Amino acid sequence: MPIKRLFIANRGEIAVRIIRAAQAMGIHTIQAHSEADAEMLAVRMADEAVCIGPAQAAQSYLDVVGIVKAAQATNADAVHPGYGFLAENAGFVRALDAVGIIFVGPSADTIDRMGDKVAARQAAEAAGVPVVPGSKGRLETTDDAVIVATEVGYPVMIKAAAGGGGKGIRIAENEDDLRKMAPQAQAEAKASFGDGGLYLERAIQNPRHIEVQILGDGKTAIHCFERECSMQRRRQKVWEEAGAECLDDATRTHLCDTAVSLAMAVNYVGAGTLEYLYDAETKEFYFIEMNTRIQVEHPVTEMITGIDLVQEMIRVAGGERLSHKQEDVKRTGHAIEVRLNAEDPLMQFMPFPGQVSAMTIPSGEGIRFDHFLYEGYQIPPFYDSLLGKLIVHAETRAKAVDLMITALNGLKIYGIKTTIPLHLALANDPTVRSDDFHTQWLEPWLAAGNLKT
Amino acid sequence: MVAIQSPVPGTFYTQASPEEPMFKSAGDAVAAGDTIGLVEVMKTFIEVKAEATGTFKGYVAGDGAAVTAGEVLAELED
Repeated sequence: MPIKRLFIANRGEIAVRIIRAAQAMGIHTIQAHSEADAEMLAVRMADEAVCIGPAQAAQSYLDVVGIVKAAQATNADAVHPGYGFLAENAGFVRALDAVGIIFVGPSADTIDRMGDKVAARQAAEAAGVPVVPGSKGRLETTDDAVIVATEVGYPVMIKAAAGGGGKGIRIAENEDDLRKMAPQAQAEAKASFGDGGLYLERAIQNPRHIEVQILGDGKTAIHCFERECSMQRRRQKVWEEAGAECLDDATRTHLCDTAVSLAMAVNYVGAGTLEYLYDAETKEFYFIEMNTRIQVEHPVTEMITGIDLVQEMIRVAGGERLSHKQEDVKRTGHAIEVRLNAEDPLMQFMPFPGQVSAMTIPSGEGIRFDHFLYEGYQIPPFYDSLLGKLIVHAETRAKAVDLMITALNGLKIYGIKTTIPLHLALANDPTVRSDDFHTQWLEPWLAAGNLKT
Repeated sequence: MVAIQSPVPGTFYTQASPEEPMFKSAGDAVAAGDTIGLVEVMKTFIEVKAEATGTFKGYVAGDGAAVTAGEVLAELED
């Protein structure tokens, strides 16, 4: 049944993005907001809005019971979770299922399966997706971890089986390290996730982070090519590209095909991303995890393929088949996205919210700015610092980097600090311009003082 | 009397976690550089440090209070 009334259980720029997609499909939009977010752009744009609790996310955007009640009270037939908050919370999906409201995303069982690193890895291996050599299942003791580490070879990475977002990851160079770190990792996993299960895999040195966008309707699945997201600080992506220039055609085809195999194997519904580490030396790639949500960096994929991923999610959630066949998905040119955060990059990235006193947004062919700002908007301090994403699309990567510089120079946001100076420095850096970086590149570059006033 | 102000807007905390004691209590000696509280801003915790030496008079902002940049969090007596 096509969705007619869509409830948006998120905030910030992604709420704006979802409202735009839904309204263009003729869908009535209902925006949830906390008391601190009553003036946000998505509330102003939505057809109606509903307050779901106080500023603290735990009592508003993370309150499963409260959100389900609000969705029922506003007669929503579907809920879009955006990213973060409840986007990968199987309990939330089950609570919606119980009252007959559609969740725009995969089933609770798929979220559970893909959210558990060990189960996801097993599903990937079964579908023929290469994985980093590592433990076959959960590890409960340090001695078990040492046995596996000896097999796969040091250095090894220790992670919480239930973890995510890079939290709690440790790298052991040798057995002594591992014997010290495994109990710590276990205690931390227990404290953070209520589950002390660990898993362990070989640490790939200086890898690239490459991910594949997939779409599924439960019967079939397609890929929309890959993204390159190696530019990271504290395991948070900073700058993202589509496609990954470092891949040759054979490797790209293999990478994307295996991603589709996994999506098909789990009867995936919605938009999802398979994340891989890529070793540029050996041209080998290894699956690390699957994200069962729309991602922050989805616009670069939209720019090179022309597919509206958010609309496609809404369609398949309403029971329709995918509107694109694999052979119709073509990639054109190169796209780059930078994340604009309300942070001062010259002061250790200290968050710097405030009031947007004035702003100028660049426009022109190949420039897109997804954001939630307006002049006079008071950015609340309670949520993450992402203000928006500046996206460019051009014929070649070199032209895209140049267009990014033009767009960044045309973007002015007054009254707050932003990460614009970081992105300008990156776009002008010879290593970035020659596409010669990896996931461990940005932090030493910052530590070496490459970013100056 | 010296007022200690919040460097950023956010949520103020007088203790590092609910199980920990308060950073300072009335009458405590405070050295410049001592942490007197935390402000959570955009999911980041910023330590609020005393810029002067003195004796802690008390917190002006309560634990868990929403504060603005420049708001007085605590006071020191000379």
